[in-house]
Amino acid sequence: MTTEPADDRPPAAGPSANLIAAAVVVLLGGAAIAGATDLGSGPGTWPMIVGVALVVLGLALAVQARRAEPPERFTRSSLLVVAAVASMIVYVAVIATIGFEIPTLLLAFVWLRFLGKETWRTSIAVSLGIVVVFYALFVGALDVTIPHLF
Amino acid sequence: MSAVIDGFAVVLEPTNLLYCLVGVVIGMLIGVLPGLGPAATIAILLPVTFGMEPVTAVIMLAGIFYGAQYGGTITSVLLRLPGEASSVVTVFDGYALARQGRAGAALGIAAIGSFVGGTLSIVALTFVAPIVAGFALDFGPPEYTLLALLGIMLVATISSGGRIRALAAAGVGLLLATVGRDDFTSAERFTLGNLSLADGIDFVPIAMGLFGLGEILYNLEERHRAVQPPAKVTGVWPSRADLRQSSGAIGRGSVIGFVLGILPGGGAVLSSLAAYALEKRRSKHPERFGQGAIEGVAAPETANNAATTSSFIPLLSLGIPANATMAVIFGALLIQGVTPGPQLVTEHPELFWGVVNSMYIGNVLLLIMSIPLLGVFVRILRVRATVLAPITVLITLVGAYTVNNSVFDIGLVIGFGVLGYLMKKAGFDPGPMVLAFVLGSLLETSLRRSLLLFDGDPTGFVTRPISGTLFAMFLAVVLLPLAGTLLRRRRPAPTAGGEVAAHPEADRPTDTAQTQTGSMEPGPTVNESAENRPADSQQMKSGLVAGKPVSQSPSSTGPADAQVGSMAERPGESPSRNPNSETKEPE
Repeated sequence: MTTEPADDRPPAAGPSANLIAAAVVVLLGGAAIAGATDLGSGPGTWPMIVGVALVVLGLALAVQARRAEPPERFTRSSLLVVAAVASMIVYVAVIATIGFEIPTLLLAFVWLRFLGKETWRTSIAVSLGIVVVFYALFVGALDVTIPHLF
Repeated sequence: MSAVIDGFAVVLEPTNLLYCLVGVVIGMLIGVLPGLGPAATIAILLPVTFGMEPVTAVIMLAGIFYGAQYGGTITSVLLRLPGEASSVVTVFDGYALARQGRAGAALGIAAIGSFVGGTLSIVALTFVAPIVAGFALDFGPPEYTLLALLGIMLVATISSGGRIRALAAAGVGLLLATVGRDDFTSAERFTLGNLSLADGIDFVPIAMGLFGLGEILYNLEERHRAVQPPAKVTGVWPSRADLRQSSGAIGRGSVIGFVLGILPGGGAVLSSLAAYALEKRRSKHPERFGQGAIEGVAAPETANNAATTSSFIPLLSLGIPANATMAVIFGALLIQGVTPGPQLVTEHPELFWGVVNSMYIGNVLLLIMSIPLLGVFVRILRVRATVLAPITVLITLVGAYTVNNSVFDIGLVIGFGVLGYLMKKAGFDPGPMVLAFVLGSLLETSLRRSLLLFDGDPTGFVTRPISGTLFAMFLAVVLLPLAGTLLRRRRPAPTAGGEVAAHPEADRPTDTAQTQTGSMEPGPTVNESAENRPADSQQMKSGLVAGKPVSQSPSSTGPADAQVGSMAERPGESPSRNPNSETKEPE
């Protein structure tokens, strides 16, 4: 067991991070207002109300940005998340053309070996196991129409 | 009454019985995995239920729900890691008992308490829900507008990360609900010309992404901390003395759980806290709490299960989900073609009573399964998160595809997964967003119908008796916290030290620090921690998973909100003075 530092939470980001979050909320509200204006009254009324509410809430968030709890900072381990998302995007991109078996195997392997730092042996065994179980479950038992090779 | 009995006939059909069992077991299995609470568990498993009959699907989802609830208890006791927020207080005495070698007794009493609380709550539900539904039959669009607004407002009030953030998240949820063709004019809204969006965004990718994948991604970043292998569990049955000691706690916990569970936003989290606090206050030896008092496990576990059950009342009788998990079940029902609401009892009695009665069976199954399967659960806890993560993520991705056979849906899940992850990083609770998304179209439709009804005059909301009352409640929920904030500002502002005093020892490294995994959510707030012995809250330090800032009364905003997450995120800044103050009273 390694001794971890007592703070197991990622370090807090500065108050400016709260401002960014507030800005995102205001922008979303603004986009809603713009879209609602194009739609006109009727279909646009409700999005307009929600958009205005979002702008107001975003401004309120900006006002209390300094006092509110700061968001978590992105750390080196956030790169794991970026890698994970990238692997999933590749997965979606290829699954329709080449079936789910190979992408599933690769995604499991990448997560185990590179994101999880499992051993080569565990990674290969578990990812093969996942594909076999998924095939048996989704194609064999449930007869789901998922694209598959075999 | 015959409908009630017919309901039993529905439940006792072998298929339904089987799926109830499967639901409870899967719920427990996944609930045991730290980080995935009931909402995430149900969201990930939503696709499984689509091929089923509506009754079977809801029976299974309900089974998953209370199974996951109990699964969270197991990790609380054995690992000091509550699987979800409603088991946070169980950690205090549950883990203390486990360290004394009495983990079995703690888990046994939790199972028994859950069973009693759940069962009493179902009995009450059986009588209360039809009455509420009968009352609600008179509700028109204005009432539903206000009811939906009130629900969102109440959930936002007790959500983690502060009210304004929760409301902003809810606003985004409402906006997402408008995507697609407008029901009134068939105008396309916010589809960006994308055909896949013309019918609106499906609920499933949103729930799976925000709750399921978002959670997985968030854990991915933080999971490098190893989990200590759980203590050996022996002597599962609590002793006679334990039972005698806990019986009062179980009784009171049932009542508290039932009552608080009905309230929107209240639910399991609040009731487990309230029940624990009550037992401690009543006890002649309050100092035992936190050192392994069996009532300290019995009370919150009974209460959270009772609340879990009674939170079905607003869903099944009004069509208003009381919390994020209920929102997921609501979405599942809509997909099955069933709109929960006052008509449910009369129009689909077999569904209504089937679901209600399945809870009796589910609770019996929970009690039967939990004790022999304990060994299995303990073994699951030994499986590394690095191995579980790819499995859960692939189930989520493939599951998302199977709903509509659509690759676009997988893309949506990934998109909402990233959003959920970013929200968690920024301290926004995804719960209100999902809830608002689910209620969004009901809210908009009701609002526009009401305005048509009133010829565009919004004062109509106030003049109708029921909607007027609801409007007054809505105003109270909005204005009381504001008034509280203003009053607090008048007084000398509490120093940062006073605010964080609830966790005075948080900055001390502990011998058990390595047992903390990264599955925590921000915002651990349990006011009871302040009352515990220093050493105890030291153990507790960041073992709290609080999806919601449970100690926050509705009136605490502003400074009090700011304290919620900061005390855990910046442990080094917590001064050690004033260890006996309570979070409830920041000054």
